[in-house]
Amino acid sequence: METPTARWRRLLPRTPGRWAAVGAALAVLVGGGTWTAVADDGKPAVQREDRILRMDGVPIDTSYFRAEGSGKRPAVLIGHGFGGSKNDVRAQAEKLAADGYAVLTWSARGFGESGGEISLNDPDHEVKDVSRLIDWLATRPEVELDGKGDPRVGLTGASYGGAVSLLAAGHDERVDAIAPVITYWNLADALFPDGVFKKLWAGIFITTGGGCEKFEKRLCAMYERVAISGKPDAEAVDLLTERSPSAVADRIKVPSLLLQGQSDSLFPLGQADAMQKAISANGAPVSVDWISGGHDGGDNETGRVESRVGSWFDRYLKKDTGTDTGPAFRVTRTGGVDSTDGAALLRGASGDTYPGLRGDGRDIALDGGTETFRNPAGSAPPAISAVPGVGGSLAQLSSLGVGLSLDFPGQFARFESAPLDTSVRVTGTPTVRVNVTASGGRDAVIFGKVYDVSPDGRQQVLPHQLVAPHRVTPDQQGRPVELALPAVDHEFDAGHRMRLVFSATDLGYASPAEPATYTVTADGPLTVPTAPDVTTAAAPLPRWTWGLPAAALVVAAGLLLTARRRTATPAPDPALTDVPLQITGLSKKYAKAVDRYAVRELSFRVEKGQVLGLLGPNGAGKTTTLRMLMGLITPDEGEIRVFGQAIRPGAPVLSRVGAFVEGAGFLPHLSGRANLDLYWQATGRPAEDAHIEEALEIAGLGDALARAVRTYSQGMRQRLAIAQAMLGMPDLLILDEPTNGLDPPQIREMRDVMIRYAAGGRTVIVSSHLLSEVEQSCTHLVVMDRGRLVQAGPVAEITGSGDMILVTTADEVSEPLAEKVAALPGIGSAVRTDDGRGLLVRLDGATTSRLVAELVRLDVPVTGVGPHRRLEDAFLTLISSGAA
Amino acid sequence: MSAPVQPPEARVEPGHPEAPGYRAGRTLPLRVEAMRQLRRRRTLLMGGILAALPFILIIAFAIGGTPDGEDGGGGGGRGGGRINLMDVATESAANFAATSLFVSAGFLLVVPVALFCGDTVASEASWSSLRYLLAAPVPRVRLLWSKLVVALGFSLAAMVLLPVVALAAGTAAYGWGPLKLPTGGALSAGETVPRLAIVVAFIFVSQLVTAGLAFWLSTKTDAPLGAVGGAVGLTIVGNVLDAVTALGSWRDFLPAHWQFAWADALQPQLEWGGMIKGTAVSVTYALILFALAFRGFSRKDIVS
Repeated sequence: METPTARWRRLLPRTPGRWAAVGAALAVLVGGGTWTAVADDGKPAVQREDRILRMDGVPIDTSYFRAEGSGKRPAVLIGHGFGGSKNDVRAQAEKLAADGYAVLTWSARGFGESGGEISLNDPDHEVKDVSRLIDWLATRPEVELDGKGDPRVGLTGASYGGAVSLLAAGHDERVDAIAPVITYWNLADALFPDGVFKKLWAGIFITTGGGCEKFEKRLCAMYERVAISGKPDAEAVDLLTERSPSAVADRIKVPSLLLQGQSDSLFPLGQADAMQKAISANGAPVSVDWISGGHDGGDNETGRVESRVGSWFDRYLKKDTGTDTGPAFRVTRTGGVDSTDGAALLRGASGDTYPGLRGDGRDIALDGGTETFRNPAGSAPPAISAVPGVGGSLAQLSSLGVGLSLDFPGQFARFESAPLDTSVRVTGTPTVRVNVTASGGRDAVIFGKVYDVSPDGRQQVLPHQLVAPHRVTPDQQGRPVELALPAVDHEFDAGHRMRLVFSATDLGYASPAEPATYTVTADGPLTVPTAPDVTTAAAPLPRWTWGLPAAALVVAAGLLLTARRRTATPAPDPALTDVPLQITGLSKKYAKAVDRYAVRELSFRVEKGQVLGLLGPNGAGKTTTLRMLMGLITPDEGEIRVFGQAIRPGAPVLSRVGAFVEGAGFLPHLSGRANLDLYWQATGRPAEDAHIEEALEIAGLGDALARAVRTYSQGMRQRLAIAQAMLGMPDLLILDEPTNGLDPPQIREMRDVMIRYAAGGRTVIVSSHLLSEVEQSCTHLVVMDRGRLVQAGPVAEITGSGDMILVTTADEVSEPLAEKVAALPGIGSAVRTDDGRGLLVRLDGATTSRLVAELVRLDVPVTGVGPHRRLEDAFLTLISSGAA
Repeated sequence: MSAPVQPPEARVEPGHPEAPGYRAGRTLPLRVEAMRQLRRRRTLLMGGILAALPFILIIAFAIGGTPDGEDGGGGGGRGGGRINLMDVATESAANFAATSLFVSAGFLLVVPVALFCGDTVASEASWSSLRYLLAAPVPRVRLLWSKLVVALGFSLAAMVLLPVVALAAGTAAYGWGPLKLPTGGALSAGETVPRLAIVVAFIFVSQLVTAGLAFWLSTKTDAPLGAVGGAVGLTIVGNVLDAVTALGSWRDFLPAHWQFAWADALQPQLEWGGMIKGTAVSVTYALILFALAFRGFSRKDIVS
């Protein structure tokens, strides 16, 4: 089935630029739906064409990436790192192509499927290849041209590919922008820093290239010569220098984004510093970005780097002046460890200008003295700093205080600062003036490093594991020389010390094999650049950090506001102010019983001074009614008024109601006394209103009051609960089945209590399912069954006047016999029962014993004589019909 | 404190002519609610466990020896990127307190929160005392407010108790000294106490979600163990989900994802990001759950 979106797409123009415009217009016209559809499609599909281009007779393997569409676009060339191939940069190429560039990648000579030998970016070979690739790009119809045969083109790439970017910009005027990543400016400087051979990295370099035979013969010979002697010669330095970007320093005049690694003992930050100086001197815009990782490993921030490179090209190739190319200087700092996954947290610090490596700073005094140490024969064991391929993650951790570094006793000099009074953020190259001498008129080869030492002095951290090698020749010895230490961005916390160490050996470098004694004297303080204008950005927090709680607050407020019942509290009824209870049309259905009412259309009224019996079998709705009366459950219909006030949950008038409903409710861990005290305090009423002693007297618990309630018997809890209900002498006392669990003397006492209580003008409601219980103490009765009111009124009215006696007989009583009985003196009436096997006799002066004597005299076969009440009759009938 | 309603006593309270002596704003004061809860066995037991834990740990370290042999100065450092407080547990009282928190934060400190907040209403319902309080009458919002504040107060007390006892016991056992960080640095003794306070504060805030869930369940059920168990159970489910790395950034919205973000307070540079995010997530859930509890309870028919 064809979706509406697909139809749209077919009808619409296919040029990306117009697409975007149409997309934006649609978004405005039809809102979010269309926007989603456009966004779903995401970036246009990217096509890749692989072809071998012959250059100078050498096959060069290339891939060409471009997105669909026919618009003119700038081109980007992406070079790969040493030992890699064009396939390494495919992901980045596809991304850039989708963003609207024509992207060409290639495997450099000697790598991947390309032929030829490695010449380390020889201007006549590798660099010329790039010019030929630019020629090829100029022939592509979709590539934007600045002139005939001059495509709009930028170059990027890491390491080896970065260097060729710089070189191409120097050798080919058609290059419009570059973004080299972790690369070298002067390879001689990188591999032979200060004349010391960086043997470990050089060896890895050669091996990664596929061995010496893969290289141009001159290079191979040079390497082997230096590796054997352990010391670079002038020819070697010249060879590497002429093939380095520094050779064309004055000709690189294009906007350059320089990304250099902080964890990089191969191409340290100084290389980018030199690039920046040269290129900005030529007048081109330059930004410097120190990423977290580097050749030593660590986080290379691929996503951020590619995104920034993309912005750089958007600005300088697409000429999109609205694009933010980022600050002139940015450095990634490690904030700490992400406690959720153990990864280091990175954050950026930036400055409007590049501070350089030797900016303004502080002088840190070092404890002086002269240190003498040995260069061991054969330069073993070597001190350890950066270990290529191993040290990466360690180098990053150095900012967290973890590091692997080692100096051997007797083989290094050490100068230490006092504990720092404030924290010092070093950004750049610390320098120090020292006086160095070596025994026997030899060169002194020493490795300078600045450790961060913890306050207790037990732990030292080498920032980024970096060391700076120095060769101090005999003519430099014996007088102060200024030595540069590794360029780093590292914070020394307050209380920490800086420890300057010069060691005689380092695992990564070739140092003289002849044993010697070095003497180093510090001649001045350690000068550290601090780049105060570089400020750390606050850690970026996702927007939901603030949005979620705010939204939750809104939701919570909404939940609470809509919880209010719609109906307002009815106004008090002044006519009922003295009526303890009036129930009108009360109905309640429980949620789980849809068709069955717990209470239905119940209405009755209780007057002051009454003891009202609420009578009904189990399930009649007595307890539900009382719960509604206490505001615990809300009626579906009708209303309850207590002293004229409508009952709601928590209605203040409830404080005039004392209740004991469905058993006791106490905190089992507290004593009876504490329970009552805390209950009264919870009611918020004055302590003097409680009348707690009177209530306790009624409970009659004696010493048991001090015991925890959990030790009480059922009857004790019952009495305590009734006492609680009586606290504060409420005007209306509600007792639900109060005699359950009481023994007969207590029951009698309870009856007296209720009668006495009501005699004081207060009102008592007693609910029960037993007639016998209520009839002796109540003045009024309300009979309920299955939620409905059956009968209400004074006890006497319901039970009738006079005493009724039910006489049961063995045989049927004849009508004449009944008349005879009725005619006896002192007898009001005598009626046969419905089944005929009994007589209902109303006594009118006669006693029961006299009646029995008369009946016996009349030969009535009496089997039993007992009191009879119309109420009980009705009650039993109700119950039995309910059960039937 | 982030309860969603104003305390009732904040309102001006006129007397009630129909109910002399009664003032809604004076019902169930916090002090009374605290007295009601304080002498419960579960409260005392919880306090006992948390107070005893540091001593148990000291004994454990005494029997098992120092967690990790300390390598001296020179050039040593430890490899590995994960923070492991255990390695430096016996360096000082501060380290010991941090370690005590570390071993308890995942589960042991969840239990008091779930217990105090989950049990508070449900246990009253199961004792039947709830209906007498409500009929007293304690207004429902007022009742929940007092119970919530006291439950959170007890939870906080439990969380403070542990590090305080650990600091005291640790000072006796290992001496007072700077907090040695597992990553290699150290914090001076003066800096340590505020950092530990931040840790406790974050643990408390991050447990608000547990508190919210337990409290909401507590208003829903009459079975105290159901509310407590439900809250603890969901915490476990959260931990399990957080272990599913395939969920990617969705895990950011699991409270369990941030439960150890307080370790950021024990880094040389105090790192706020994780704690802020964890706080945001926890407060978000807690606000909604507390609101649900208040909403549900104010409309509920009390049949217990």
